[in-house]
Amino acid sequence: MKKTNKINSLFDLSILCPAIIDAFRKLDPRHQIRNPVMFVVFVGSILTTGLYLQALFGHGETAAGFILAVTLWLWFTLLFANFSEAMAEGRGKAQAASLRKTRKDTPARKLLKPSYGSSFITVSATSLRKQDVVLVEAGDMIPMDGEVVEGIASVDESAITGESAPVIRESGGDRSAVTGGTRVLSDWLVVRITANPGETFLDHMIAMVEGAKRQKTPNEIALTILLVVFTIIFLLVTATLLPFSIFSVGAAGHGEAISVTVLVALLVCLIPTTIGGLLPAIGIAGMDRMIQANVIATSGRAVEAAGDVDVLLLDKTGTITLGNRQAVAFFPANGINIEVLADAAQLSSLSDETPEGRSIVILAKQTYGIRERQIQGMEARFVPFTAQTKMSGVDLGGGRQIRKGAVEAIENYVKVHGGLFPEDLKSTIDTISKSGGTPLAVCENNLTLGVIQLKDIVKGGIKERFAELRRMGIKTVMITGDNPLTAASIAAEAGMDDFLAQATPEAKLRLIREMQDGGRLVAMTGDGTNDAPALAQADVAVAMHTGTQAAKEAGNMVDLDSNPTKLIEVVEIGKQLLMTRGSLTTFSIANDVSKYFAIIPAAFVGTYPALKALNIMHLATPQSAVLSAVIFNALIIVFLIPLSLFGVPYRPMPASRLLKNNLLVYGLGGLVAPFVGIKLIDMILVVLHLA
Amino acid sequence: MNWNNLIQISFYLAALLLAVKPLGTFMASIYEEKPAGFNTWLGSLERCLYRVCGVRADVGMTWKEYAVALMLFNALGIVVVYIIQRFQGSLPLNPMELPAVAADSAFNTAVSFVSNTNWQGYGGESTMSYLTQMLALTVQNFVSAATGMAVLVALARGFIQKQTRALGNFWVDIVRTTLYILMPLSLILALLLVSQGVPQTFHSGAVATLVQPVKDGTGNTVTQQVIALGPAASQIAIKQLGTNGGGFFNANSAHPYENPTPLSNLLQMFSILLIPAALCYTFGYLVKDLRQGWALLAVILTIFVPCLLWSVQIEQRGNPLLTRLGIDQSATMFQSGGNMEGKEARFGIVSSSIWSVATAAASNGSVNSMHDSYMPLGGMIPMWLIQLGEVIFGGVGSGLYGLIAFVIVAVFIAGLMIGRTPEYLGKKIEAQEMKMSALIVLIPPLIILMLTALSVSVAVGKVGILNPGAHGFSEILYAFSSASGNNGSAFAGLSANTPFYNIALGLAMFFGRFWLIVPVLAIAGSLSSKKIVPVSPGTLPTHTPLFVFFLAIVVVVVGALTFFPALSLGPIVEHLMLNGAQ
Repeated sequence: MKKTNKINSLFDLSILCPAIIDAFRKLDPRHQIRNPVMFVVFVGSILTTGLYLQALFGHGETAAGFILAVTLWLWFTLLFANFSEAMAEGRGKAQAASLRKTRKDTPARKLLKPSYGSSFITVSATSLRKQDVVLVEAGDMIPMDGEVVEGIASVDESAITGESAPVIRESGGDRSAVTGGTRVLSDWLVVRITANPGETFLDHMIAMVEGAKRQKTPNEIALTILLVVFTIIFLLVTATLLPFSIFSVGAAGHGEAISVTVLVALLVCLIPTTIGGLLPAIGIAGMDRMIQANVIATSGRAVEAAGDVDVLLLDKTGTITLGNRQAVAFFPANGINIEVLADAAQLSSLSDETPEGRSIVILAKQTYGIRERQIQGMEARFVPFTAQTKMSGVDLGGGRQIRKGAVEAIENYVKVHGGLFPEDLKSTIDTISKSGGTPLAVCENNLTLGVIQLKDIVKGGIKERFAELRRMGIKTVMITGDNPLTAASIAAEAGMDDFLAQATPEAKLRLIREMQDGGRLVAMTGDGTNDAPALAQADVAVAMHTGTQAAKEAGNMVDLDSNPTKLIEVVEIGKQLLMTRGSLTTFSIANDVSKYFAIIPAAFVGTYPALKALNIMHLATPQSAVLSAVIFNALIIVFLIPLSLFGVPYRPMPASRLLKNNLLVYGLGGLVAPFVGIKLIDMILVVLHLA
Repeated sequence: MNWNNLIQISFYLAALLLAVKPLGTFMASIYEEKPAGFNTWLGSLERCLYRVCGVRADVGMTWKEYAVALMLFNALGIVVVYIIQRFQGSLPLNPMELPAVAADSAFNTAVSFVSNTNWQGYGGESTMSYLTQMLALTVQNFVSAATGMAVLVALARGFIQKQTRALGNFWVDIVRTTLYILMPLSLILALLLVSQGVPQTFHSGAVATLVQPVKDGTGNTVTQQVIALGPAASQIAIKQLGTNGGGFFNANSAHPYENPTPLSNLLQMFSILLIPAALCYTFGYLVKDLRQGWALLAVILTIFVPCLLWSVQIEQRGNPLLTRLGIDQSATMFQSGGNMEGKEARFGIVSSSIWSVATAAASNGSVNSMHDSYMPLGGMIPMWLIQLGEVIFGGVGSGLYGLIAFVIVAVFIAGLMIGRTPEYLGKKIEAQEMKMSALIVLIPPLIILMLTALSVSVAVGKVGILNPGAHGFSEILYAFSSASGNNGSAFAGLSANTPFYNIALGLAMFFGRFWLIVPVLAIAGSLSSKKIVPVSPGTLPTHTPLFVFFLAIVVVVVGALTFFPALSLGPIVEHLMLNGAQ
């Protein structure tokens, strides 16, 4: 993860100050109405403000000072909620601003014919349209997203990815996509533009981080419905309390009917303002966390879907295994000493700079203590690997010719030189093949020495990550072009649940469709054009930034680090987003119990003195009780801003345990915390003689 | 609380739980068209009924078709019950020559019986002819119960079906429920009740000569008394089994002819919860996961049993005002002790408390004691159980589908808390389900609170209150809770047979019933069109004690948060004042 894009501090003044100003700006009714829960608070605040003015200039329903205190705290409740949203947006905007700096209007050399050397005219980058072809040379900024049609160049993409090492972009293949705003460091490229101004990757990224295009996700909609229902119920409860109170006063023969100020205070305390106020911030912060993980999601919906994924399709090479195979064992032929085989294998590989070759040298050294030798002193001549010979080796002084390579190639070589390929090695070779390894035969002149076992090496720690995923309820499927035997063995070693061997684009697509028909949600990563159909079909599709334009367009997320295991982080962020919403909803509702015990006795003790038995917190006066509840309700929003921005921490564990833990923290905590909080605030009010 | 109390309660609960599996399996077999005795013997009768009515039993209905059929059927029921009451004077089987029922009362009663509420603003024996009791009221006792069960079965189908639109056939569901489940059970119970002395006759009331003549209000000497009789047992059986609760006699099951012996009392108490409890098992059976059914029953018992024990304890402790006067309220060999006001001496504290809690929980509404005379908290328990939305057992079918709306809300919150789009029984819970569940949770409090607020504000409402103070408020709150929850029991102490209350309560009953049924069917329709998500370790299990506990908390918290302020101005303050007076 790149630290360059990261904003960690909550107290970054450059974000804090504008957020405070924004909090006031967001008091605009047109903004408030978009959040039904907070809109009720908004209307309530206006109502009590009116009551305060009435009390000030005429005869109020109750003491003006009390109405003012309640009113102020109601406005604070709104401001705090606005502030949380502004904070979340501010963090996104800060990132957008740094991105925007890269978007300068650069001159572009528009080619008249789509080939290098054709004549060009210099135009502004913003005047470029799809299908235009431009020439970009060393030191130039790439003007717009496009596809390399000719040339090869190293490109500095740090502006987008934060990665300072330059990357290679070339025509054809899977590395042909270039992004506007990045810089060519060497050589030249002929680029066909693939996006109109305003539609580029950079534009998209800026829009996402700013939250400008944010739409409510399906879960957010369902949650909003639930919150609205709670709001309506409590609106009903408080509204009917007025006639109930009037009737009770009549029945009891004394006391005063509940004041509208107290009713509004009760209403605001009861409706889920905590989650209602923080909901927008949680959504924006979720997108923000994605961006900090260097993943650009094209919609909030995709982020949310990531939390639901139950099947992960992962490519074998580069994701599950290291890119190359490594030597793991030597198997000598009958009558050959194993040290002889190891020695020959090492000699043949000393000049072999392929990862396989190096791994043989290392194996020989580690297991048989055969040190590296200076090959120059032995009149050695290295014979490199070619696709025709399928072997490599070394010719030493004294006619020693050592070769290593594919079994068939060595068998041929030995036979040509008048030797025999020993039958007993065949069974060893079969065993190696069946266990998912690759056998590499070694011979010296016409004598077969034995075989080296090469194996795909599963990345360290990956098995544990898959085990984690299994605990989260996510099935992992490996996709590979290998034969089923090899695939099965690697999948077993990596601890994957399933594999798709000899995978073709059609087979991938079919697998995804079958799983989706079975009700599963499928996530996959891909980079090549041949991955595009499967990416388009998958529910969560992460395209590698290094991949082709087709793959990027088919996916709904782009990973700037081009790290295929990033899916795991994406899933976690998706889950975190939902968990934060769920936990704060539970917290918000659990809070209500204590508020009843604060406000109900305070509101009705005048009518029915016996109700003071319900004042279990022993709050000082009815006024201080109501005020303490309102203040607690407002302050809790501020206290929970960090939680809503950073999310509820997620640790993979079975659903039941996760629920139990979160219920204990946010359910029970939500029940108990306000009793303590309200009592403390009440004590402070008493000390300050405010009540 | 003494040993006697605990033994009675344990025996009652054990008997109930033992019946759950056999009856639950039987009902499931009926709905799954597996051979289960009655449906093979009476199969030809069923097919004959379809032929006569032109029902194509093999054609499934979409949720909208199902809802339209249901609404039409129930609307027709209201019209028929209304007409029979209005014309009973000129119809046969009226040996007491009772006149037509007043328009507002007839409307109230029609809605009341069709909505499975059985709120009775009238006195049965002095208002309804035998024909009205049998043809209008008893028929609705059967089909209103069958309607509730049909909706539940349609909902269960929504869970098991995959990407289809048909929810089954309403006519078939209602015929099978009535013919194979309700009729046989009622027949057995009615015969048992007759054996205990409950009348079942077309004779007019018996005339008895008073041992000691009395003077009536106008000063005339009265020497004779008419003892009401009638075809009572047949109506009482279904009134208990179908969570209807509408008594044949005005005093309901406190009347010695409606409930003559301890055995008849036990049978009737047992019948209140029998079908609602067994339906949990049926639901588990239908969705092919019995653990889910048991879990729902566990949720119900988690709330029900503490309420029951609390009620017995409160009532057994007696009235502190009487204690202060030195009156012995302890349980001895000669008296049951406790607060016996409004209770039958032959039933005592426990049988009265069990009945009051069960009848409130199950949306039955029959009574064998007067809830008005319970201790304030003893009266609050039934009221609050009704206010929870009649989901703790609840009406036959309706209780469980109401509970499933709560399950959807609980699963949604729990699902978010574990970071996954919520699902229940393999179906994803999304905006549409939330919207409909939200309506189901929202509508009962909406009706109760609004109409109570209206009644305590207008003169025509306040005039009906017979008791002063907080108790009078409780009476109105109870009446609307009962009507909206389709319970039908009354707190008494409220003169509700006035045009205002007849119409207000009638509307509460209608909307409390049908405003919930339509969203339930909409949920069923939406669910049945979805895929089934396979279970994985990431799936939230909904049969574990943790989820049972969580769901119970959700039901209780929603109920408590909604009604705490109102209850604190009624029974809670009454309780505090009573104890403060010590």
